[in-house]
Amino acid sequence: MLAMNYRGPYRVRAAQKPEPVIEHPGDAIVRVIRSCICGSDLHLYHGMVPDTRVGHTFGHEFIGVVHEVGPAVEKLKVGDRVLVPFNLFCGSCYFCQHELYGNCHNTNPQATAVGGIYGYSHTAGGYDGGQAELVRVPMADVGPMVIPDDIHDDDAVLLTDALPTGYQAAEMGDIAQGDTVVVFGAGPVGIFAAKSAWLMGAGRVIVVDEVEYRLEFVQRYAQCEVVNFREVDDMALHIKKMTDWMGADVCIDAVGGDAAGSIAQTLTGRLMKSQAGAATVLHWCINSVRKGGNVSIVGVYGPTFNAVPIGNALNKGLTLRMNQASVKRHLPRLIEHIREGRLNPKEIITHKVPLEDVADAYHIFSSKLDNCIKTVLIPPNADQVRAVSASALH
Amino acid sequence: METRNQIAEHHHQPGQAHEEHGHVHTHPSQGHLVPRRPSPEELKHIQGWGADLDRKNRPGVPMERTPPRFTDAKEGPVTQQPERVEVLVSPERPGITPIFGTAQPPSGVSGAIRRVAFKSTENDLRHWLLLLLADRVNVVEGVVEDLARGHVPNIFAEMGIKSEWKHNPAGLVKKAAIAGAVVGAAWYLLNRRDPYR
Repeated sequence: MLAMNYRGPYRVRAAQKPEPVIEHPGDAIVRVIRSCICGSDLHLYHGMVPDTRVGHTFGHEFIGVVHEVGPAVEKLKVGDRVLVPFNLFCGSCYFCQHELYGNCHNTNPQATAVGGIYGYSHTAGGYDGGQAELVRVPMADVGPMVIPDDIHDDDAVLLTDALPTGYQAAEMGDIAQGDTVVVFGAGPVGIFAAKSAWLMGAGRVIVVDEVEYRLEFVQRYAQCEVVNFREVDDMALHIKKMTDWMGADVCIDAVGGDAAGSIAQTLTGRLMKSQAGAATVLHWCINSVRKGGNVSIVGVYGPTFNAVPIGNALNKGLTLRMNQASVKRHLPRLIEHIREGRLNPKEIITHKVPLEDVADAYHIFSSKLDNCIKTVLIPPNADQVRAVSASALH
Repeated sequence: METRNQIAEHHHQPGQAHEEHGHVHTHPSQGHLVPRRPSPEELKHIQGWGADLDRKNRPGVPMERTPPRFTDAKEGPVTQQPERVEVLVSPERPGITPIFGTAQPPSGVSGAIRRVAFKSTENDLRHWLLLLLADRVNVVEGVVEDLARGHVPNIFAEMGIKSEWKHNPAGLVKKAAIAGAVVGAAWYLLNRRDPYR
């Protein structure tokens, strides 16, 4: 089968590799019809996440059609069109029993600090991802969700990660009516965090980024104010001035370890890898939020240490919340929002690229070329696979 | 540094403002600081505004909800997946998890480094630094593996240079010029005649 193949930092290609097989009775094999490149894939692409092995296939945002099921699978059948949450989870461990699906303890033997994630290095369990024609989906009765007929493929694929992560980012900010929310990062997750902040009753939503076309997009799509941090002397001071000197009620880090904007952080975090990515946005969040405010973190950092101004967080009495999104618990509500027209996720897709051109797709997204917001990869034969799904359903 | 007793006395001439000495004795008052709160009427033009204002509508409130909704997990422990390839296991857990990935088992020199890395815990910085080192070694192994199979990797294509040329030709020319200058300078420095030889 054709699959994305990691060769080293900034180097990927589409190449043939063996098809996945059922390795556990609860597994399914899914034929992919859509997969996305996520902003957090770029942390892998840039070589920032330890134990990213050559030959690995990335891709934790994908939907497809069930191609084969293991003997213990009861709920899914061949031909079902499914969306697969990015986190692998068993549903029965202590953490899953508390709806912390992003923290499942039964799917990643290689680390206890993170659960299993498709195509996200061996630190996240060593599972190949969905930027391929076929993918192994363990715990097939637990994780995947059959996509309702009225939900479009392009909306469904954004429900696997980007939209739930943005929504959870806003939710963890515990937004109250009229709150001023600052979202750092105008990538897909930041865009959806901004949209979700309005759903939760924010009074002002301000999005910060450095790329002008992304700011123009989020301003139009999420009806928010924007700040280009390259035009600002000091981020925290600027937010204080914008908020009557109080600071924001809620700050959201939707960037993670690839943040630009600080020479020291860029040198130590992004270039020297001597900390787990640049903590620039964490500094901005902690220093821009008001005393007693909330900081919500969904931007991905590597697992080593970071230089974070935790003393300021203490002295300001902040609440810091963070997690990988527990995708499945958000799906019913988010599908309601899509049906009611409150959210229209597919409108952020700017590029649909054949899987064969995955190297160019990564470069365009990573280098922010061609006004790219979100890239979807289409495997060869996706249309035929989709047709099989439609005939199975009707 | 001057002590309080050493500060020189100064006198004002009649009509001279105090500020002309270069100092101001008072700051403007910061006033009464209150955050601005727009009314719902001001916000009703926002698509979907307030649909989840009531926390009961938020799926993650409370964050930890038990029993869980939306999963169809079976009762009892998860069946153990058989081990058919080498899987490295964190020392911070008692054994292998019931489900695990088998994507790229450790191999070669990078694999040996990874095995050493997994002797230390996730709490130990050496664990992560060794894994990062193994990743870099693995990149070299990948090129060697390609060549051994008779495949010369097209590194420019793998880096997406075609798309850079299509969407940012000026940037590509600039990068190429910088790279050429660096390589040229290095070549010159390495090959210049040593005046002391």
